Order: sequence, then C-alpha cells, then structure tokens
Amino acid sequence: MNTITPSRSAAPPARAGFAHLLHAEWTKFRTVRGWVIAVIVAVLVTVLLGLFQGSHSHVAPCTTGPNGPACHYVIPAGPGGESVTDTFYFVHRPLAGDGTITVRVTSLTEVAESSQTLNGRPVSTKPAVVPWSKAGLIITAGSGQGSAYAAVLVTGSHGTRMQWNYTGDTAGLAGRVSAASPRWLRLTRAGDVITGYDSAGGTSWTKIGAVTLPGLAPTVQAGLFATSPGYAQQTSQQITSASGTAAPTDATATFGRVGMHGGWPGSSWTGTSVHGGPDSPYVTGHEAGYRQAGSAFTVTGSGDIAPDVTDGVPIDVLLAGLFIALITVLVVGAQFMTAEYRPGLIRVTLAASPRRGRALAAKAIVLGAVTFAAGLAGAAAAVLIGIPLLRASGNPVYPATALTEVRVIAGTAALAAVFAVLALALGAILRHGAGAVTVVITAVILPYLLTAAIPVLPAGAADWVLRVTPAAGFAIRQVIPAYPQVAASYTPSSDYFPLAPWAGFAVSCAWAALALALAAHFLRRRDA
Amino acid sequence: METTIEVAGLRKRFGPTVALDGMTFTVSPGQVTGFIGPNGAGKSTTMRVILGLDAPDAGHALIGGRPYASLRDPLTQVGALLDAAALQPSRTGRNHLLWLAHSQGLGARLVDEVIALAGLQTAARRKAGGYSLGMRQRLPPALMFDEPFNGMDPEGIVWMRGFLASLAAEGRAVLVSSHLMSELQDSAGHVVIVGRGKVIADTSVADLLASVSGNRVMLRTAAGTQAAAVLERAGATVAVTGPDALVISGLPAERVVALLSERSVPFAEVTAHRATLEQAYLELTKDAVEYQSGGPARLAGRAAS
Repeated sequence: MNTITPSRSAAPPARAGFAHLLHAEWTKFRTVRGWVIAVIVAVLVTVLLGLFQGSHSHVAPCTTGPNGPACHYVIPAGPGGESVTDTFYFVHRPLAGDGTITVRVTSLTEVAESSQTLNGRPVSTKPAVVPWSKAGLIITAGSGQGSAYAAVLVTGSHGTRMQWNYTGDTAGLAGRVSAASPRWLRLTRAGDVITGYDSAGGTSWTKIGAVTLPGLAPTVQAGLFATSPGYAQQTSQQITSASGTAAPTDATATFGRVGMHGGWPGSSWTGTSVHGGPDSPYVTGHEAGYRQAGSAFTVTGSGDIAPDVTDGVPIDVLLAGLFIALITVLVVGAQFMTAEYRPGLIRVTLAASPRRGRALAAKAIVLGAVTFAAGLAGAAAAVLIGIPLLRASGNPVYPATALTEVRVIAGTAALAAVFAVLALALGAILRHGAGAVTVVITAVILPYLLTAAIPVLPAGAADWVLRVTPAAGFAIRQVIPAYPQVAASYTPSSDYFPLAPWAGFAVSCAWAALALALAAHFLRRRDA
Repeated sequence: METTIEVAGLRKRFGPTVALDGMTFTVSPGQVTGFIGPNGAGKSTTMRVILGLDAPDAGHALIGGRPYASLRDPLTQVGALLDAAALQPSRTGRNHLLWLAHSQGLGARLVDEVIALAGLQTAARRKAGGYSLGMRQRLPPALMFDEPFNGMDPEGIVWMRGFLASLAAEGRAVLVSSHLMSELQDSAGHVVIVGRGKVIADTSVADLLASVSGNRVMLRTAAGTQAAAVLERAGATVAVTGPDALVISGLPAERVVALLSERSVPFAEVTAHRATLEQAYLELTKDAVEYQSGGPARLAGRAAS
C-alpha cells in the first residue's frame, strides 16, 4: 500500500487562506458572463446618459429683455471659488490702513413688487417682510462682484449678524431693528483682521466675531449698504411641477450718527450699485440709491450678498444614469449570493471555506471592489467628459472644487458598492433572488424616487425618509450646499438632502453593515 | 499521511423528524467503506455534518482527529462529492473547478489535469491506475461520495467502482454512500448499514455475507426420497418444494453433487444459491425503511432493483 503525501501538506497561514477565498470569489464573479455584461452595461449607461445630459442646455432659453439678452450671464465666484450672489447698493469711502466705522440703524423696511398690473406693467409695490434683507456696514476689497468682504448688518427677521466672504455667518443681537429699538454697528480693520461689534445703546459693545481676510489690500472700500433678495414662495406641489410666486424686493435702511476713526483719506461719499448682468434687480419703478443729510443716510438696495444656490448647473446632473446602473448593480449583487442557493452551490462554497463569516466577507469584498471600480469608471467618465460638454452647451456650471468633484465621483462609486453589498447581504438573509432584489430596490431606489425624482411625499416626510433609509447615501452626490443664511427651496427634489454628504453615506453604510452582520449570523446559524 | 473519518454519537432533528439518532462509525484508510441505507436513513445528513455544513445537536465528526471547520484549505485534505448538480448553470464546468481550485490556493494547471483525467476515463475507459502520479498525489487522503452512481450508465458505474477501489488501495479513507447495496458489492471492503439515523451493522463484507442465513442448494431429481435420505444422513436439512424439487440447507453444492454421485442417485440439476449482500441488506433494513412516503412495497422494490 502506498502512503499518500499530499503536495500541500504544509498548510498556508490563515491570511493566505483569505487571499485564496478572494481569488475564488473573483473567479466565481468573472466566470458568469451575465454578471460581467450587466456591470459593463451599467458603466455604459452611466457614461452615455452623462454625455446626453452634458450635451443639452439645462437653463431657460435666452430671452431678450429690455436690457438685452438675459443669458450668457457669468455667475460671480467668491474668494473660495463658490458661486455667489453679490448685488447691493453701497455708499462708501476708501479706508487706507487700519480704521473703524460706527453707525446707528433705526429702520429697515422692505417692499415687494405687487402683482397688480396696468397695461401689463406692475404699478405699485406692497410692504413685505423679507427675512434675509440686509443693511449695515461693509468693508470690501473692491466693488467688483465676488470681492472679499466682511460686514455687520441687521436683517429682516434674523437679528444682527456678522457675515464675511459670502459663506461666513455669525449671529449677534436678536430682534428687528426699529426707531424704538435701534442697533449700533461697528467694524474695525487691523491689518487683515476685521472685527464686528453690535450694541443696543451705543455705549456697551459686544464683539460678534473677528475674521481674517488674507491678502487684503492696504486701501479698501468701506461704508453702508442695503440689499434684499427676491422672495419665492411655493404654493403647491404636484407630481410633475411646483408652482409658486416669486418677486423682487427692495430694502431701505435709515442710518445715523456715522462715525469714523483711522485712515479715511477721502472727503465725500460715493454711491455704487454693485450688480452684474444686464437685468436690474430692483423692483420696477423703485430706484436704488441713497440720500444724505449730515451724518444721516437712507440707503435703498436690492439683491443679496450670499452664496448662490439657484443659478448654475450642478455637476451631479451628469450622473442621471446612476439609477438605471444601480438597478443593474443591485440585481447582480443579490444574484451573486442567491445563485449559491438555487443549485446548492453554497454547500460547495462552505465546504471549501468552512469559516462562513470569512466566506461572506470574501464575497462582499469582491462584489464591493468590482462595483466600486465600475462605478468609478462610469462616474469619472460621465463627469469629467460631461463638464466641458455642459459648458459647450451654454450651461453655467456650478463651480465645484476638485475635492467636491472627487467626492461626487468616488462617492457615487462607493455608494454603488455599498448598495451592492446591501443587496448581497439581503440575498444571504432571504436566499431568494427576486425577494432580495425587491427588498433592496424598495429600500434604496424607491425612497429616492418618491422624494426626489417624483416628489409625491410632503417635504417633512421626504426629509425623514432621506435621513433614515438606505437612500440617505444619495446625499454624497449633492454639489450645491444648503446655507441657513440663504432662503431657498432646500428639498430633495431640488437636489438638496437633509443630511450632509458623508453623514448620508454613513447611514447607507450602517444599513449595509447591519444587513451584512445579520447575513453572517444567519449563514453561521443555518444548516447549509 | 493516513486520515481517518470518525463519526461519534451524532444526533440531529429537523423539526419533528429525527434525522440522526446516535450515528457512530469510523472510516479507516485503505479500504472503501460503503455507507448504505434506504433513502432518509441519514446518510447525506451525516456527510453534511462531517463537512461542517450541518450542525449536529449532539456528537461530533472528526477528520484525522480534527473538526472539518478547523482544517486549512480543507478540500486538500478531504475530497467530497455531495451533489453533482450543485453547479451554477451559467458557469462552465472548468470555471467551476477553477474557483474551487483558487479557494484552496491551487492553480489552473491542476484544473486542466483533472479535466484531462475525467476525459480520459470516460472516453478511453482506462484503468484508474493510469492516472499520472503527480495527479494522484494531489488527491486528498480522505474522500466522500454521496450516491456517486446515481444517473450513471453501466460503463460509468464500472469506472467508478474501479476508481474507488484504486483510491482506497493507495491508503485513502473512502466513504461511499448508496441506497443500493448492489452498486458497492464488488468495491466496498467494509459496510456501514444505517436506517432511521443510526447504524444497524458495521462490518466487513465477508462477515456480513457469512452472517446471512440460507446458503441453500436447489436440487431437481426424480428420486427425491432417496436423495433426501442420503443428504439428511450427511447432516443436511432437506425440504420438499415440488414434485421433483428439493431445497437443501447445510451442505455446499459441491458436497451435494459428490454425495449423490457416490450413492448413484440420479439428479437433473443442482443449483447453488449464494446469499447476496442485497439479501443481507434487505434483511437488516427491513424494519428501518421509512414508511412515510410511497409505502414499503415501493421502497423495498426500489432497493432490490
């Protein structure tokens, strides 16, 4: 009788064993032609729909208004590169070197364009409350749009604030300004540092904040400003459209007791309407400007000094193919597991790898890596080719930093991988392909469809759904941030998600991890 | 390296059904152990427990003294064919073997060798001894086959028998389950007969045959009375079963012929009736056949076919 000595009598270390499992699962994946084709189709759909989205216009067609064509308007960019609105009326003097300016504000009132018309033109205005109307002191690097600045200001209904460089916002005293309850404001420049103060009586001052505007020129413009964003009010929401009213507004502020210390070389005030584009932002029939009587000023302005969240096409429109691709990926993910059960293949798999948690982990890692790679290829091609196409098609592309582009591309790929792993885990729990696909589509695609694509859910419910369901991860695609100091329709249907990008992604990851843990538990407990 | 498969006191229930009821046996290296019992006797469940696929309620199964789950690259130590249909339809056979090989850290070359081996055997029906030495050395020291003869044509059955016998001859522990005793008659040296989840008999094939009563001789003769007298005097038991037919127990056929010739008793035909494993099996499992589906007649008929 021969004695058999297997050639592999020296057992490899456990780590090598796991590498073998990964290799085996990769072999399993790539040797089912349907899965490979499905993944390739998912990539192609993502890229082709990206190119389609890039090659047509997402903005309203050019209309010729009284001031000329209303399109081809370049959205200004702030010091951080973000899109900004920078439109206001400014009464200013140069400030050379360090200095301080102090003022008392006794009123801030707004009017909106009335809907009453005569011969097709609005004939009157009506008083309005614009929560984020602004008036106060500003120090700005220049009067060009997008200049670096710092300001202390009173608002329609958000109290006194210090704001800087469009995105910075700190609250000061609360309450609306009036003759009975005036607000004293002070801005001090010392080198690159600008400090804002407010006071109710003009004697005891509170520092709101100090901000550094790096590289601020020795001479800057400083003075009084007023502005007021147009308001939009959504009145109803249907499946296919939202309707509402929108109108421009003006804000008029009354200033007094203007006092200055430090380097103020000029002797007179200059009024400048800071705005871009041909369209006057002002209420028809109202004039922006100022009146001066000694140290008392009345300033009327319209617009906003804030991040721009409404103009500009965000790059995530290029990822419209994601949903079709995702459905494909979810089906493949579920089948990668459930195909083990139909013919009893799982017994062979688990005989080859008796440590079941490791077998599941190897499957999840291989599936995750494949879908991440495919997602990365599809999303990168769609976005990187799509952006120049968007520009060529006349779209103002919302400026996204390189980091944001990386987040949108890699985040989309990672989200596809996380959802695929979720589908795999559900496949292991349910052991039924159609069942797992149904559950994962209900958990991932349906919440997004009902809140964002076809917004049938009311906003509150939509917010809740996108906080707690696996679909929360779609937040990773959000390009335009939501700013509390900008009133806008921050709803999922406008591409805004209730959770921050990585927080939403973390919710999806938590669901996948939970499902994977349950799958491992069942896989270990059940007889194969 | 010789490996023993050891099963001790396995118990398992599936709901109200007792699948294993103290299953205990050992598969020794160097011989084919037939694992025989009617459908539902617990053969497949036992094999699944050995491979760590099903968890027993009690008892343990060890391979070379260790539980299956603690083996590294287990398929290099235990070869198992549980279900020949456990393949994904959309994956080719070669790719199925390929992922299995990769899972154990083995290369594609081995897969091609295995395919060549199988192709050779089915096409040329070469003897099992014809495999390359390198190939044979890679086969694991313990092997399990669950109903390997199912669906095989007669040529395949002959090949499989030779294959199993040659694997065992090289010192491997080989466990082969079947619900048909006849399939293993010529290849198994040892049989574990099971029914209702436990071992009914655990014996060598030679002992099993010897234990079966009724090695009988059929005699056809016109001189029945004379023949009966002669044979009874020699110690046989004689029963008259027809006008000129006798059944003799207790004497081998050669002795019957010799005695009758000596005494010049004329006879037309002497037929030896050896007990078969089939009879032994049927006798042993008579009580163990499940009476749940199909009825005893159908099951017994199937087992005897």
